[in-house]
Amino acid sequence: MAEASNESVANVIPGSGRQLIRYGVYAVVGFIVMLFLLGQVNQCTGMRSSSIGAVHAGSGTITLNLAQEPPQLDSTKATDQVSGMVLGHVMEGLLRYDADNNLISGVAESWSVTDTEASFTLKQDLLWSNGTPITAHDFVFAWRKAVDPSTASQYAFILFFIENAREITSGDMPVESLGVTAVDDYTLHVKLTEPTPFFLSLTAFPTYFPINQAFYESRDGRYGANAEDLIYNGPFTISQWVHNANVRLEKNQNYWNKEAVHLNVIDFAYILSDANAIINLFESGDIAQAGLNVELVDRALRNRWDIRQHVDGSVFFMEINYREGRLTRNYNLRKALQYVNDPSELVNKVIKLPGNLPGESIFPVWLKGVNGKFREEFPAKPMMTNHDKAREHYALALEELGLDKITLVMLSGDNPSANKQSEYYQSKYAKVLGLELKLDRQIFKQRLQKMTDGDFDLVLAGWGPDYADALTFGDLFTSWNENNRGRYNNPEVDRQIDIAKNSSDPNVRMAAFARVQDILNEDVAILMNYERGSLYVVHDQLKNVARRSVGPDPDYAFAYIVDEES
Amino acid sequence: MLWYTTKRLIQGIITVWFIATATFWAMHQVPGDPFVGEKAVSPEVEANLKAKWGLDKPPLEQYWIFLTNMGQGDFGISFAQESRSVNDIILERFPVSAILGILAIVFAGLGGVLYGALTALYRNQWPDVLIILLVIIGISVPSFVFASVGQLLLVIINQIVGFTLLPVAGWGDISHMLVPALVLGLGTMAFLTRLMRSSMLEIVSADFIRTARSKGVPAAQVFSRHQLRNAVLPVITVLGPSVASITTGGFVVENIFGIPGLGQSFVLAVQQSDYGVIMGTTVFYGAFLVLMVIIVDLLYAWIDPRVRLE
Repeated sequence: MAEASNESVANVIPGSGRQLIRYGVYAVVGFIVMLFLLGQVNQCTGMRSSSIGAVHAGSGTITLNLAQEPPQLDSTKATDQVSGMVLGHVMEGLLRYDADNNLISGVAESWSVTDTEASFTLKQDLLWSNGTPITAHDFVFAWRKAVDPSTASQYAFILFFIENAREITSGDMPVESLGVTAVDDYTLHVKLTEPTPFFLSLTAFPTYFPINQAFYESRDGRYGANAEDLIYNGPFTISQWVHNANVRLEKNQNYWNKEAVHLNVIDFAYILSDANAIINLFESGDIAQAGLNVELVDRALRNRWDIRQHVDGSVFFMEINYREGRLTRNYNLRKALQYVNDPSELVNKVIKLPGNLPGESIFPVWLKGVNGKFREEFPAKPMMTNHDKAREHYALALEELGLDKITLVMLSGDNPSANKQSEYYQSKYAKVLGLELKLDRQIFKQRLQKMTDGDFDLVLAGWGPDYADALTFGDLFTSWNENNRGRYNNPEVDRQIDIAKNSSDPNVRMAAFARVQDILNEDVAILMNYERGSLYVVHDQLKNVARRSVGPDPDYAFAYIVDEES
Repeated sequence: MLWYTTKRLIQGIITVWFIATATFWAMHQVPGDPFVGEKAVSPEVEANLKAKWGLDKPPLEQYWIFLTNMGQGDFGISFAQESRSVNDIILERFPVSAILGILAIVFAGLGGVLYGALTALYRNQWPDVLIILLVIIGISVPSFVFASVGQLLLVIINQIVGFTLLPVAGWGDISHMLVPALVLGLGTMAFLTRLMRSSMLEIVSADFIRTARSKGVPAAQVFSRHQLRNAVLPVITVLGPSVASITTGGFVVENIFGIPGLGQSFVLAVQQSDYGVIMGTTVFYGAFLVLMVIIVDLLYAWIDPRVRLE
């Protein structure tokens, strides 16, 4: 910086201090005027988040934060968790989940499901929020729309249990051939391609929600774009949706079971993803619920908040590349990696957030089995960490592959938690086996693309359930599943899944899944990491908020506010 | 002057075209496309999606379609928020960023000039030392730290006073804007303070000041008309690009304070490979930056008659 090096004090022009103060006053006044002007201008943009606090018993209002703007509220195309959560509050399928996660009657009054077909009798006199009757035709229209190739829905596959759905999506059959018919206004008949004992739970999924054809067509391609481009049949309606700023839900006065709905307003007044900012809002009493990460647990404890735990249903594992020419095709190498693997250490010393469970099986603990929980009826083989055996297998692998040293590429996400995990594996493999692990960190989409292309040896991956049945995890490593990114291929796994898919007998199905569980372990198809859990805090006065692994989560539909305890 | 302006505008258009082209090709080189998601899609659905969005066409044809549409000011629809056009998203979110940005830049500009002048007047005395210390902090500490600390302070202050003095996050009225704008403008203000200080010190010993004073021009007038006016020139030079960088660089602040501005979509679009929004926001900001630079050059000539635009 070129400063004048003359004697400085002498160079100050007299009286300039006072002049500067005068300018300073002008500046402050100008700034305040500017502030007010901009405030006025901003009123016109309509972006407002005004809030009356986390819970307001008098008006039955709760205020919450939304992790992101709902990307898609056209139920045939929605794929993400936030859209699913909002849709779960404002729409209703044939069945729905109650606050205790039981399937209960939604639009359907009664139903029957066999191995080849399902039929539903709808409640009569139900109305959309605009007063139009809800009929069986609304379901036929929505389901056809979802499998229509021109809709190109990424969740079309969830309707593939219905006759001809797969063929329609690939453009081989007309949309009208879908195996669903409205026998009359209040009777819906579905033909199934295979026994689908969990079909009822599918009808609670957003892709299965009804859409009114006349309204859809009246929006001219903008269905779901704004609050007024939707009509609602769920417990709430969207009364205001300012994109990226707030979403406000109000009780639906046309909802058939409105007596069971206690809240009048669910105001998603903030759209924020920063965990610290969200907890700041919670602490200052602006929102009624917030998630915690490792860094925030201490703060929650200090404030003596009631910390709760939720298992979100997802399972995380290390996927192994089985493509031709990959070193990881070698069984002894995989076995060596398996003997090093220690999910408890990963969960307790690396991830450190309470609530996560060490991974033991691709089938998570919450899945239903024949009578009780699947994992209680068919326990997974315990994980055996054994470094000596690991080294033995590694030596064998080196010999078989004719190498002195093995270098593998591990693909992972690029975020603090993924980095911690991949670095943990890097140092662990180097220490125990002398194996070099190269880390390939990629942001979300890039990682997924590389997974799809098979550009990895090992990848930190995970899977969240689409429906509440073991099949959503069980068929993951079949040869035909596109989500099987390592291209693991074992005829026995395929055969077992075929058996499960062709039966509705829970004994037969669960035995097949148990066999798959064993094979994946014996053959080291994947290395288990953890089952994800999360911690969160809720306002003391807000009760009956449902959390679930499958379906809209969290669910405030039947929540209520209690008076302040004195 | 008119010829100069026209010339600069044509240069600007070429620059924007170059930005658009480079971004377009770079974007398509990145692995992954808008349809890559957690759940793999079947080949049929992927083919349907690509056909629907025109991504099955050869890249050169896509580029040509993009250029033709861009020429008409149409950036198509967002891949991540289907059924919403990129133009709508920009129109809706830019005013928010702009309001926040203007406020931050006014704050930074006024503060920078005042503090800079103050440090120059009290060179090597305590106000100078104190302000320069703050300047060093302002320049070296990244804005997300200021944002987080600022927000935490708000929580504490609100708890102490017992009511919401200033909201912790969100967007709406003046009370929502104040802290984010201060945080956003802090870095620029620190930088401008330093610039203003050195510029003031350089000018105070210039010949024309001595001449003016020996001519008997009143001191206050020498200060405001000769010293301040000349010293402020370099500040204005950097102010133009700062306007663009502050309105675009607000991502972190927007994220922490939950402000629905364009900076957020700018960054998120890249993460989501949202081709439409990437192109829309990049070209928009590119054009905005180029325009700012041109405006500053013209403004410069207006403030300082010695500059001839030829």
